[in-house]
Amino acid sequence: MTSRLPQAKGGFNFDNHVRNSAMDGKGLVLPKATKTGTTIVGLIYKDGIVLGADTRATAGPIVADKNCEKIHYLAPNMYCCGAGTAADTEMTTALISSQLELHRLSTGRQARVVTAMTLLKQMLFKYQGQIGAALILGGVDVNGPHLYTIYPHGSTDKLPYVTMGSGSLAAMSVFESRFVADMEREEAITLVKDAIEAGIFNDLGSGSNVDVVVITSENVEVLRNYARPNERGVKEASYKYRPGTTRVLKSSIRDLVTKETIQPTSLEAMDTS
Amino acid sequence: MSGLKPGEVNLGTSIMAVQFNGGVIIGADSRTTTGSYIANRVTDKLTEVHDTIYCCRSGSAADTQAVADIVHYYLQMYSVQNGRPTVKVAATLFQELCYQNKDNLSAGIIVAGWDKETGGTVWNIPLGGSLHRQPFAIGGSGSTYIYGYCDATYRDGMTQEQCIEFVKNSLALAMSRDGSSGGVIRMAIITEEGVKRIFIPGNELPVHWEG
Repeated sequence: MTSRLPQAKGGFNFDNHVRNSAMDGKGLVLPKATKTGTTIVGLIYKDGIVLGADTRATAGPIVADKNCEKIHYLAPNMYCCGAGTAADTEMTTALISSQLELHRLSTGRQARVVTAMTLLKQMLFKYQGQIGAALILGGVDVNGPHLYTIYPHGSTDKLPYVTMGSGSLAAMSVFESRFVADMEREEAITLVKDAIEAGIFNDLGSGSNVDVVVITSENVEVLRNYARPNERGVKEASYKYRPGTTRVLKSSIRDLVTKETIQPTSLEAMDTS
Repeated sequence: MSGLKPGEVNLGTSIMAVQFNGGVIIGADSRTTTGSYIANRVTDKLTEVHDTIYCCRSGSAADTQAVADIVHYYLQMYSVQNGRPTVKVAATLFQELCYQNKDNLSAGIIVAGWDKETGGTVWNIPLGGSLHRQPFAIGGSGSTYIYGYCDATYRDGMTQEQCIEFVKNSLALAMSRDGSSGGVIRMAIITEEGVKRIFIPGNELPVHWEG
């Protein structure tokens, strides 16, 4: 596995695959990657796209990060929500973002959303589901607003409103009952917020805050922590023990540092002739 | 042949294509599922690969989309160099991909369309990657429920209108019996004039015996 050649920075590394199959063969418990048990949503409204995400990252039963970012930058006119393996969603979106930047530079045009979608689906299909990235891609280009879901195996859907992640069922129930075409901005943001909150409150894998991104043909608004429905309440009283609650019976201070004396010895002058 | 991988999106499907004098009628349900969850209830499984050549996709959504995208690309290149491709050319490209990669794919595809050479034609490519020209073809998990109905109902030389009714009724029957199929019916009439789309909402499907 080790190579004398310089290792490329970034990208995917499958060095652990052999180790994992050996461990799996011996019936050992494999190390688990951090999964973003997630609620992510997106919808098309009158002037563009609204994307939403919760901010909980989990590692098994542990909340690994209480305020992570799941809405990733792809291009100035495109953002991408990620669910699934956190590392995979981050690396995949970063890689495609870089390819889109180069595409923009070489064509001198703003990249289209289908271009990003095709790059993502072809990469995920190539890895046959090994890259656990479930994505919602939203953006506005010359052809108007576009919203896609992209599954880890590389299949895509184009819909006016979408949800993904473990909280997708809770979020979709909100969308299915309240979505209408051509909503106003405020109406759309509220619906996205409510859909994410349905995930936060009803799905164990989702929690903490609501992030929102609004994309129109004119501008992009990144509304980080648009709603904080889980703010820690102020404690009614202090439960700390006051100093002196436990009586000090005796005290002794010991010097733990050993004293050393350094004696400089006269060095013979170096022969520099 | 591989089955569906865990978590893979499935087109548990009912698809169909019928040839008539002057063109073809293709049709499909609109359900895509991940396990027991409907990931998309208004899916379009009728995919354009050239102006008057379409395919109906069944099996893994990822696999069939990838294959259809590749054929779409090949036919674009082909038409630049050789002019309009025939449906047979398109079907053979599909077969090549489906057969050579049969170990890694779960894709059942019906290719149908119109060309100047032979008019409307229907080609069926089931899971193993074989290729069959048929006057009509059915596919997907829902098709198993309607083999008898289709064999009993189909007649050679049906008109365009009769074919539309045949597809509509067959798909409605398949969708009512197959849990993995449902939603709306999407159809397309492909003739020399081009493609005309037909959309039948879920609450306007033909009703048969419901018990």
